[in-house]
Amino acid sequence: MEKTLRLTIKEIVRSHLKKKIGKVFGQCLTAVGWVGGTLPELYEKDGMVELSMADVAGGGFAVGAALMNTRPIYVIRYQGFNWYNAPMILNYACKSMEIWKQPCPIFVRSIAMEGGIGPVAGSSHHSLYFRMPGIKIVSPMSPKEYIKIYQKFLSDKDVYYVSEHRGSYNNTSEFKNDIKEKKQLIIIAISITRFEAEKAKKNLEKQGYKIGIIHVVWIKPFKLKKNEINAIKKTKHGCILLDDDYVDGIANALGNKINLDTGKKVHTMGLKDKSAGFSKRTDNLPPNAKEIEKKIKKIISD
Amino acid sequence: MLNKKKLIKIFKTASLCRNFEKITFKKIQEKIIKFPVYLSAGQEFIASSLSQMTSELRVKPMIFAQHRCHSTYLAFGGNMKKLINELQGNISGATFGIGGSASLHSKEINMYGHDGHMGTQGPIGVGACFVSRKPTIVFLGDASAEEDYVLAALGWASTKKLPILFVVEDNNLSILTKKKVRRNWEMSDVAKSFKMGGYQLDDNPKNIYRFKEKIFKKPMLLNINTHRLFWHAGAGQDSYKTFDRYKIIKKKLGILGNKIDQENFIRINKLWKKHSD
Repeated sequence: MEKTLRLTIKEIVRSHLKKKIGKVFGQCLTAVGWVGGTLPELYEKDGMVELSMADVAGGGFAVGAALMNTRPIYVIRYQGFNWYNAPMILNYACKSMEIWKQPCPIFVRSIAMEGGIGPVAGSSHHSLYFRMPGIKIVSPMSPKEYIKIYQKFLSDKDVYYVSEHRGSYNNTSEFKNDIKEKKQLIIIAISITRFEAEKAKKNLEKQGYKIGIIHVVWIKPFKLKKNEINAIKKTKHGCILLDDDYVDGIANALGNKINLDTGKKVHTMGLKDKSAGFSKRTDNLPPNAKEIEKKIKKIISD
Repeated sequence: MLNKKKLIKIFKTASLCRNFEKITFKKIQEKIIKFPVYLSAGQEFIASSLSQMTSELRVKPMIFAQHRCHSTYLAFGGNMKKLINELQGNISGATFGIGGSASLHSKEINMYGHDGHMGTQGPIGVGACFVSRKPTIVFLGDASAEEDYVLAALGWASTKKLPILFVVEDNNLSILTKKKVRRNWEMSDVAKSFKMGGYQLDDNPKNIYRFKEKIFKKPMLLNINTHRLFWHAGAGQDSYKTFDRYKIIKKKLGILGNKIDQENFIRINKLWKKHSD
């Protein structure tokens, strides 16, 4: 049986602790679900440190631990909690190398989910970190992607914001870009939208459309490869960028960059510009396959 | 017990800090320094006493300073040339001309830079102490001590029984807003409520020195009442009647006090001249 992303993360955390690379910090880690089953059942004596519920200070504790070069993994169970957890990570750890030549690497496991969890906690909030210097932002959705990122972190001096999504934890497969041949339009997808983007692509292809896809793991720094730029340049209708955050964040910022690199129109889809309610009627979810298909058809027909 | 020999040692350090700030004051007036500078004159006996105590204990603590950090840096042995260069924005400065006056950092003396957000040194110092278990001093102002995350840091340091000393350099002012306008409680009481040692004292070295054998054994907070001689930032004085412990101890030491003071003034002046742009 292939390994799920959930199990992959759990094994990485276990090895991080057992090999004494560093500690794991967070709130309610040892609770019933062990953070969606991504943590091994270990305790403070093993390096799994339960913090108090003071979010802002908690971020500071992780920064202090990182200053001692202990490469902490800092678990933020809902990305929305970053509004309180981020200040010292962004303003101290991320700037530490530049100002003091003092490495302060933290592996921030920031976890998204959505659907019935209201206006604060849900979805991805990676845009919150995006504008600041000195941070690397990644969003792995497959086991191999996650392993690669963790290994890179171990030899890096920077803070990594790892934008996870609970919807991906059961995933066992890897993603492939499709930019061969001339496409009418290319989907560029981030985080959980990558799954729905694949579905939309398949459905559209069944209907005769020629749709490409580029999966984004590295959000910051973000750089399209030459063949990806060429593929976008060859399209008639440019591309559509999908995100699990509000569009007035990473989506539009990267869209502008891609537009400058390719000269093609970049449409964006993400969360709607409204607060999420708890009920189905008032929720704010990332674009699903049907919505993506509809939007792409409209772009092509216009 | 602080004997005369030790008091002289502390005074020598304090004199170094005081004269540095006095000369820096001039450099700001002369516009040789062109960005905000937070002078610590008036508060120098806190860091000077603590550096004497840690040196006697043969402990090299990790230091997490606040923005008003020149005296902390110098008292614990920070390189003065690097500070002079830093204040002129030079790459050879203590923080490569980036950190300026408020973010001094020195690997040599285990001092970690301050990011400019008040009180962040609280949680960051606690986190560093938690994983390393090394003796740690966190310096705070009476204003930054009010930050909610500082209070949370005290709570966690107490819970984890860390070898940490919180020092509140209480000059009673947040820029110019007095403490009584901002709150009706004292940090020493807050510390006690978090089940750690909390003490209220003035910056007389004799009173600070009394804690020598107690520090780093368990979490402790010293709220040390002191007086800021100059403006919050820049070169100016809020009042010419401010209590000045330096003058009192210098007078107490008589000719020796004057001699130490003058020697430091001449030496630092020369160093400033040598390293001015």
